[in-house]
Amino acid sequence: MKQRMSQSLRRLAAAWLASLVALCLTANAQAQNLTIEITRGSDQAIPIAIVPFESQAAGGLPQDVAQIVSDDLEHSGQFEPLSRSALISLPSSSKDVFYDDWKRVNARYLVVGKIEPQGSDYRIQYELMDVAGGKRMLGETVTSSASDLRASAHYISDQIFEAITGIRGAFSTRIAYVAASGSGDNARYALYVADADGHNAQQVLSSDDPLSPAWSPDGSKLAYVSFESGNSAIYVQNVATGERLRLTSFPGINGAPAWSPDGRKMAMSLSKDGQPEIYVMDLASRQLTRLTNNRAIETEPDWSPDGRSLIFTSDRSGAPQLYRMPAGGGEAQRVTFTGSYNSDGRFSPDGKALFMITRDENGFHVAKQDLDTSRVTVLTDTRWDESPSVAPNGTMVIFATQQGSQGVLGAVSSDGRASFRLPSQQGDVREPAWSPYLN
Amino acid sequence: MQFKTYAKTLAVALSLAVVAGCSSSGGTQEGNMDGTSGNMSGQGMTSGQGANGSQMNANQQRPSVDTIYFAFDSDEIRPEFESVLRGHAQYLMANPSVNVTLEGYADERGTREYNLGLGERRAQSVEQYLTVQGVSPSQISIVSYGEERPAVQGHTEEAYAKNRRVVFDYK
Repeated sequence: MKQRMSQSLRRLAAAWLASLVALCLTANAQAQNLTIEITRGSDQAIPIAIVPFESQAAGGLPQDVAQIVSDDLEHSGQFEPLSRSALISLPSSSKDVFYDDWKRVNARYLVVGKIEPQGSDYRIQYELMDVAGGKRMLGETVTSSASDLRASAHYISDQIFEAITGIRGAFSTRIAYVAASGSGDNARYALYVADADGHNAQQVLSSDDPLSPAWSPDGSKLAYVSFESGNSAIYVQNVATGERLRLTSFPGINGAPAWSPDGRKMAMSLSKDGQPEIYVMDLASRQLTRLTNNRAIETEPDWSPDGRSLIFTSDRSGAPQLYRMPAGGGEAQRVTFTGSYNSDGRFSPDGKALFMITRDENGFHVAKQDLDTSRVTVLTDTRWDESPSVAPNGTMVIFATQQGSQGVLGAVSSDGRASFRLPSQQGDVREPAWSPYLN
Repeated sequence: MQFKTYAKTLAVALSLAVVAGCSSSGGTQEGNMDGTSGNMSGQGMTSGQGANGSQMNANQQRPSVDTIYFAFDSDEIRPEFESVLRGHAQYLMANPSVNVTLEGYADERGTREYNLGLGERRAQSVEQYLTVQGVSPSQISIVSYGEERPAVQGHTEEAYAKNRRVVFDYK
C-alpha cells in the first residue's frame, strides 16, 4: 500500500510536468453552442413584461440585452415573459410607466431600461416594477464593455430573479458538458464549458470519451475521467489556463470524482482492490481513505452540502440503490426503496432532497426524493435520462437524455413543472455539470 | 450473482442477441478493435459447438473469435461462448509470453459510472474463467470502458446486445 502510494506520487509528478508542456486547447467552438427549447411550460409561471431597452447607440447594439434577460427568466421555468407584440407601450423609465396599462395585459412585473454608449463601453440602466403593487422594486446602472454585454444581461437577470423570488439567480453560472463532433462511428468527443444559457461554448479538452466532469467549489477547476492513457484516470484541470494534472491512474476503474464542499478532498470510485469502492482523497497530501468494503459496485459519490456525509450508488442489494454514510467512514444506510434502479444521486443545495436517476417501466428518469419524508417524485417524462446536475440555487436540474437518436441535454425545474431541451446543432451532447456560483 | 431478478428480460435479450448474431455478418463497426475483429460475429454467437478445429487443436493459433456477449445486466458466461474462452485459454497457456487485455463493456442503459463497474465485472468474469482453465493471471489485464466506445451505434435491443461484451485485445 505504502509503496503504491509513493509510486502514484511519482506518476503524479510526471503528469504535472507533462501538463506544463501540453494542453491549452482553444478551438473554434462556436458551433458547439447549445440552444434552449422549451418542452413544457409551468402553469404557475409568473407573467412579466420586459420592454426592449431604449438605445441611441449608432448602428445598434451588439446584443439585445432585454431579450437575453427575457430568455433567462423564461428558461428558469418560473416566468412567462409577454411576447413583444403584446407590449402596449415602450417606456424606458419608471417615470413613463402607467401601471393600469400593464395590469390590463396581466403583467405582474415590468422591466424597463435604456442603454447609452459611454466611451467604448455601455451604460445600462434598468428598473423592475411590481405592477400589482404599483411600485418600483429595483433600479440600477451597470457599466459594461461591448464584449461583456451578455454577461451584464445575465447579471441583470440574476437581480430581477432574486428581487421577485427571494432566491439567488444562477444565470451567471456555466455548464460543462461533453459534445461530439461528427456522428456515428466517426464521432469525436470533447469537453466544453459554456454559459448557463448554452452560449460562448469553449472547448477545454479534446479526448476520447471524457466522462463525469465535476466543478471545484470555487469554479476554477474541473475534475473529470478520461481514457486517453488507455485506462480510466482522473484528471484535474484549471478551466482558465488549461493546465492540468493526473490525480489518479490506479489499475482498474478510476471514476466518479466529486469535490468536497470545502474543496480539500475528492471522493471517487476506484477498483484497484478488486471492485469499485468509494474512496476519499485528501488533495493536499494525496492520502486515500477507503470508505466502503463490499463485493458490490460502489460508485457515484456526492457530498452533502455540509460536507459531513456522502451518498453513493451500490448494488449490494442486487440492484443499484443509493446509500448514505458519514464522510469520515462508518455504516452506510440505504436511502432509496422505491423502484428497482436508483443511481447517480445528487444533493439539493439545501441538503433536504436528492435528485437521482430512477428506472420505471418506461425507462430512466430524473427523480427527486425528499430526505425527510422519503417521498419520491419523478420529474421527467424523457426515457433515457442520466447524469443529473443541480443548479447552485437548487431551482433546476440539468441532465443528459435522448431526442430521437441524438444525445441532448435536458433541464427540468426542481418542482418538475417546467422542462427544457438543450441540443447542439453538431451532434450528441452528454455529461452536463452545472458550475457553482462564479461571482 | 447480483443479477438474479432479470430472468425474463434476460430470456428476451438472449433470443434477441442470437437473432442479432445471425443477421450480422459484417461487423464492420468493430473494426477499431483490431484487424481480426471483422469476422468476430457469426461463429461465436450462432453456434457454441461450432468452435472450429483450429481453435481446439492448434495451440499456436489465436482463436479468430475475439468478442463474447452477455445478457442484459449479467456477467455470466453464456454456454455458447465457453468454447471460445477455452480456445483463448489454450492459446494463452501455450504462449506464456503473450498477454491479453480484456476490455469490458456495457450497453448504454443506466448511468455511465455504474456501467463502468458492469463492464469491469464482465471482464473479471472472463478472467476468472481463463484462470480456472489454467491461464496465468499475470498474462491478463482488464480495462472497462463501460458504455463508452460502443461497438454498434443505436438505441435498439440489437445494438445493446452487441455492446454488452468482452473483447480480447492482444497487443
